[in-house]
Amino acid sequence: MGRKVRVFLCKPGLDGHDRGVLIVGQALRDAGMEVIYSGLKQTPENLVEAAIQEDVDVLGLSMLSGAHMALIPRITGMLDERGAVDMMVLAGGVIPPQDAEVLVRDHGVARVFGPGTDTRDIVAFIEERRGTIEG
Amino acid sequence: MKADPDDLYDQLLAGDRRAAARLISMVENGDDGARQVLPRLHRHSGNAHIIGLTGSPGGGKSTLACGLAQRYREQGKTVGIICVDPTSPFTGGALLGDRVRMQELSGDPEVFIRSMGSRGALGGLSVATNDVINILDAFGKDYIIVETVGAGQVEIEVVKYAHTCIVVTMPGAGDEIQAIKAGILEIADIFVVNKADREGSMRTQADLEMMVDTKPAGPEGAWRPPVIATVALEGEGIAELADGIENHRQFLVDSGLLTRKIVQRMKAELLGILSLRVSQAAGDALKDGGEAYGLVERMVSRDLDPHSAADELARILDLDELA
Repeated sequence: MGRKVRVFLCKPGLDGHDRGVLIVGQALRDAGMEVIYSGLKQTPENLVEAAIQEDVDVLGLSMLSGAHMALIPRITGMLDERGAVDMMVLAGGVIPPQDAEVLVRDHGVARVFGPGTDTRDIVAFIEERRGTIEG
Repeated sequence: MKADPDDLYDQLLAGDRRAAARLISMVENGDDGARQVLPRLHRHSGNAHIIGLTGSPGGGKSTLACGLAQRYREQGKTVGIICVDPTSPFTGGALLGDRVRMQELSGDPEVFIRSMGSRGALGGLSVATNDVINILDAFGKDYIIVETVGAGQVEIEVVKYAHTCIVVTMPGAGDEIQAIKAGILEIADIFVVNKADREGSMRTQADLEMMVDTKPAGPEGAWRPPVIATVALEGEGIAELADGIENHRQFLVDSGLLTRKIVQRMKAELLGILSLRVSQAAGDALKDGGEAYGLVERMVSRDLDPHSAADELARILDLDELA
């Protein structure tokens, strides 16, 4: 039936805002991707299990609660333990640049997209990176 | 990263969820590797009870599937859930939101949930979905719930050959009953009126009961589809639904119909796979410059009629080459 990029968009932790992540979801869908949404207030354990079962290419973590430095490293750590090293992890939401730098440098996050990001940039980033993975 | 088919097979039978997930992706992507693993899984499958769940969007199918799965988990059974959602024919993308309604299940390693986009390829969906059912069956799941929107022939095809097929409706949808009459009445083993706390629920239930009873009576001892009222969000009626499924399963076993259902399912699977191969090969042959494109040109110039062209095309497509 043809290869499709599968993306799992998640809301880890106690964060009740999903307007942003849903907008991103629509943009990725309109770019021809299969987008799975977790719903609000998910634990890292549940998200990792779901990401494994859905065998997604991209895990998108939307964080507006300020808990990103606690939750994101836990999620990427568990992905490593489960051997899901080829899953691309993206983060978005309210994440200060100095934290974003640490997440990308030390915790396996491919890129952090902040407020005001053009959704086309996210699409382009995923398509470009996936090209290098597939190749 | 390419997974080795032999490793996948061993890991899957050892209960590795990541291996099952990867194999499902290979099936969805039409990856050749899947063809190396699936045949070996066949003899490990055939133990699960397959439940089809269909109905209009917004009827509560995902919430019902979640409730049923929770119930089975309480009984110590394992569950696989396959949620099929439509792929946009315009962009090829899909938004798969069923997991949002199944949060109570997330994190339970004994419940394997997989969201699938319908991806629109002719006949491809039912073939792929059956493959995924068989993978989860071989993976050892006791119950496999397949959920599809009850619109479109292909979506109905997918649940039609389940052991127990459930059609979900809700109150106040007068036209809903019309829609059911129009095509999916015949496939329902159980009707569910969900959101039964809404006004008009009794009426909808009565309409369905009447419809079931005005259907031409089957042979003596035939199954009469029960109409079960549920409020899935509150967990009401889930026990009754689970009992209804169990009664139906028992009926299939006692009446010997289970074997017939299995035979039908196997036939449908085989036909589905073969028709997919034939239509793909025919499509290729009829492309501009394809080996059978000349047939189309002769049809355009009225030298050849469609039926005779089909005769010739059948001769051109060597069935051995489709194996």
